[in-house]
Amino acid sequence: MGRKLDVLRKEKRGPGRKARKQKGAEVELAKFLPPATENSGKKLSSHARKRAAKRQMGSGKPQAKKKLLQLKKPPDEGGMDDNSAAAGQASPQIAGKHRGPGKGASRHPRLGFCDSSSSLLTPASTVVKRSWPTGNNEKECLESSESEGDEVMDAWESMEDDGSNEEMVDDYGASSSEEEELLPIEQAAQKQKSGREGLSEDDSEDEEEEEQVSGLGMEKEGTDLQLNMEMDEQFLLPTSEDLEKETAEPPDLHLIHQRIKDNVEVLQDFGAKREVGRARQEYLTLLRQDLAAYYSYSDFLLKKLMELFPVSELINFLESNEVPRPMTIRTNTLKTRRRDLAQALINRGVNLDPLGKWSKTGLVVYDSSVPIGATPEYLAGHYMLQGASSLLPVMALAPQENERILDMCCAPGGKTSYIAQLMKNTGVILANDSNAERLRSVVGNLHRLGVTNAVLSHCNGRQFPKVLGGFDRVLLDAPCSGTGVISKDPAVKTNKDEKDVLRCAHLQKELILSAIDSVNAASETGGYVVYCTCSIMVEENEWVVDYALKRRNVRLVSTGLDFGKEGFTRFKDRRFHPTLKNTRRFYPHTHNMDGFFIAKLKKFSNAIPKMQKEEESTVETASLELAPEEAVEPQLKKKRLEKLKVTTGKKKQPISKRGSLQRQRRPLPRNLGARPPARKQHKVHRSGQ
Amino acid sequence: MRPLTEEETRALFEKLAKYIGENIQLLVDRPDGSYCFRLHKDRVYYVSERILKVATNIPGDKLVSLGTCFGKFTKTQKFRLHVTALDYLAPYAKYKVWVKPGAEQSFLYGNHVLKSGLGRITENTAQYQGVVVYSMADVPLGFGVAAKSTQDCRKVDPMAIVVFHQADVGEYVRHEETLT
Repeated sequence: MGRKLDVLRKEKRGPGRKARKQKGAEVELAKFLPPATENSGKKLSSHARKRAAKRQMGSGKPQAKKKLLQLKKPPDEGGMDDNSAAAGQASPQIAGKHRGPGKGASRHPRLGFCDSSSSLLTPASTVVKRSWPTGNNEKECLESSESEGDEVMDAWESMEDDGSNEEMVDDYGASSSEEEELLPIEQAAQKQKSGREGLSEDDSEDEEEEEQVSGLGMEKEGTDLQLNMEMDEQFLLPTSEDLEKETAEPPDLHLIHQRIKDNVEVLQDFGAKREVGRARQEYLTLLRQDLAAYYSYSDFLLKKLMELFPVSELINFLESNEVPRPMTIRTNTLKTRRRDLAQALINRGVNLDPLGKWSKTGLVVYDSSVPIGATPEYLAGHYMLQGASSLLPVMALAPQENERILDMCCAPGGKTSYIAQLMKNTGVILANDSNAERLRSVVGNLHRLGVTNAVLSHCNGRQFPKVLGGFDRVLLDAPCSGTGVISKDPAVKTNKDEKDVLRCAHLQKELILSAIDSVNAASETGGYVVYCTCSIMVEENEWVVDYALKRRNVRLVSTGLDFGKEGFTRFKDRRFHPTLKNTRRFYPHTHNMDGFFIAKLKKFSNAIPKMQKEEESTVETASLELAPEEAVEPQLKKKRLEKLKVTTGKKKQPISKRGSLQRQRRPLPRNLGARPPARKQHKVHRSGQ
Repeated sequence: MRPLTEEETRALFEKLAKYIGENIQLLVDRPDGSYCFRLHKDRVYYVSERILKVATNIPGDKLVSLGTCFGKFTKTQKFRLHVTALDYLAPYAKYKVWVKPGAEQSFLYGNHVLKSGLGRITENTAQYQGVVVYSMADVPLGFGVAAKSTQDCRKVDPMAIVVFHQADVGEYVRHEETLT
C-alpha cells in the first residue's frame, strides 16, 4: 500500500496470484532487516537450502556448463566462490557462510539492492565469469525473507537432483579453457580462496543438521543478505557466445529485464561502474538489443529513440507507451457548458475531473459505468472524445471570429470542431482531407456537434493554394509515422523504417509549403500557420519546419503554450534555425498525453523567395547535397525532387537541372541528352561532389 | 451544387412545415446574414452565403459537405429529413414530445416511443403531426410523427405506440456512413 511504483523494478509474473509479490517490497525490506554486520555463521532453514539448490539447478542452461566446471576444479572451496561473484553481476541470495571478517573491506559501498527474486531474473548469459557454489555449499545459501510459493515447491524437485550433481561434473569436466578467460578480478578472487582452504565441507554439513533442529537465524540472515547486496553490484557484459546461446532459445523476459536494469545503472554512472576495457558503445548496443526484445520494437525505431532520449528517459518513454493515456473529452461550448456537462455525466455514473488549468473545456474521465462514446449527451453533441494533446494545436492556432481558416488534414474532425467552437460558428472553416472514407466521420462529428460554418472537401493537400488560398490561418496536422501515439497503435513499433519516416517527411515538406502558400500574410488578424504531428521524430518535425523557414517568408513565433519541451535547435549533426526553440514537443512520459510536436509560423510576406536562380541552380544542388542533413541517399534524391518541383513552378529550368534529375532517377535516354553544353555543365557538377 | 428547383423547394418546405409550421420563415429570413438551400449530390444543404462563396471554389466532385445537411431527395423525388436537420427543427418546433429517462435509450436505438415512455406531450397535437422528441432534460433526441392525438394518448394502453420514429441522434453512431 502506498508504495511508489518503480517502472524499472517490474514485478515478476508468477504462475499464480499467491506467488506474486507486492510491489516495492524489496525496497522496504531493507529497512526492516538489521544492519549488516561482519560476523557470519548464521543458519539456514531447510527451505532456504532447497531453494538455493533450485536456483542453482534452474538458472538456465548457459550457466550450467560454467558452474559445473567450477564444481570440478576447486572441489571444496565452497562459500569462497562468492568472492569472485563480486566481479560478476550477482544474485544477492547466494551467501557464503564462511565469509571471513576481512572481506567486507573490498565491498562496494552501495546498499539497497535486496530483491530476493532477482536470482530468477538474473540473466544467465550476462554472467561471464561467475562461479557457483558447489553442491555442498548449497545449504549455506541464504533464505530470502520473502517466501514465494512456487519457488518453494520447485525446490523440492531440485533437491532430488542434488545427488546427481557429481556425475554431471564428470561429463563436463574435460574442457579447461576456463583459466585463460578469467578476468583479473576473478583471478584475484581465486587467490583469496586458495588462502582459505581450511574450511571444510564437513563443517557446512554439520551446520545443515543443526539448522534442521533449530529453525532460527532470521536476524543473521538479514545481515548476510545486506552484505551480499553490497558486493554484487557490478554488471558485466555478456560475451558473444552467451548471446548466441540466448538467440537459440526463446527469449527470457525476466532475464532481459534484469539486464536492462543493470545496464542502465552502469550507463548512468559509467565512469565508476563500467567494466574495464569495455566501450560505452558495447553497453549501448546490448541495451538496444535488450530493449528491442523486451518491448518488441524494431531495431530502427529504437535506434531513433535512443538518439532522442537519454537512457533513463528512454525507459520511461517505452514504459509509458505500454499504458494507455487517460481518456479525455472536450466540452462542446456551442451546445453546453462544462459545468453542466460534468454534472450530467456524473449523474450517469462517470467519474471525471477538469483536465488541467490550461484548458477550459477539457475533462478527464477516470472510469465510467456507461460507454462514454454512446451516452445521450454524446449523441446530442455535448462533447467530443479527444486526446488532450490534440487540443493544443488549436489553442496554438488561436482562431478568431469571422476568419477564414483551413484545416488541411481534418479527419476525424476533433480539431476542426474545436476551431469552430472557438470561432463560435462564425467565419468559414474549410476542412480538407485527402481520404474520402475518413471524411464520413468528419461529416458525422461536425453535424453532431452543431458546426455550421464548415465546408468539407477531399482534395489532396498539396494542391492547396490552387484550389483556394488567402486564408487567415491554416492548421496542418500532417500525416506522420505516428511514433508519438504508440500506446494507441502498437503496430508502429515494428512496421516503420527509415523509408517510411523519410516518405512522411517528404510529404510533410510539400504540405507545409502548400499550407504556407495558402495563407494570406496581409491578413489583419492572422497570417499564421500551425504545423503539428503526432510523431516525435526530428525528421518529421524540426527538419520540416527548418525547411519551411528556408523556403518561405515565415518566422517561428511562440505557440502560446506555457508547457511542453522546447524543440531541438541542434540534433546530432544537424543544425536548425535557433528560433526552433519556439516550437513545442510533448511526450507521453512527461506530460501524460500523446507525443506531439507543435510549431506556429507567422507569414510576413506573400512573396515566395526565389532561391533558385538559373545560374546557381546547379551549384546549389551541389551545395545542398553537401549539406550535413543529407547524409542518406534517399534524402538526396528527394530534396532534389522537391527543389525541382518548387522551381519549375516559377520559371523554366535550365536543361542541366532536368538532365541531372532524370539521370539520378533512371538511366537517361540518349536522345534526351542532345544538348551538349548542358550535359557538360552537369558533368562538372557531378564531379564536383 | 445548384439552387433547388421550384418542385424541390415545395417538397422541402412541405416537409419542414410538418415540424416547424410557419417558422420556416425564420429559417429563410435571418437577421445574421442571408442563408439559402443548395442541392449537392441529391442532398439539401442549408448554408450561409458567405460559406457558399468559399464552397463554390471547390470542384464539385471534391466537395463533400457544406453548412448543414437537411436531408436528401429520394429517387422518386420525395424529400427525407435527416437527423442532421435536428439543430434547426428543435428550436422552432411547434409540437414536442418528452420521453422519460428510461425510454430515452430505447428511442435512441431506433424504436418508436411507447405510451409507457411518454413523459409529456404538447397539448392539442393532432394525429400524424410531426413532432420533435426531447429528453426530460430538454435535450433534443430526434423527431417523428405522432401516432395518436393528445386526447387519444390519455386513453391508450401503456404498450401502444404514441410517436413513430423517423430519426434520432443515435444515427450519428449507427449510420455514420449514410449521413451525407
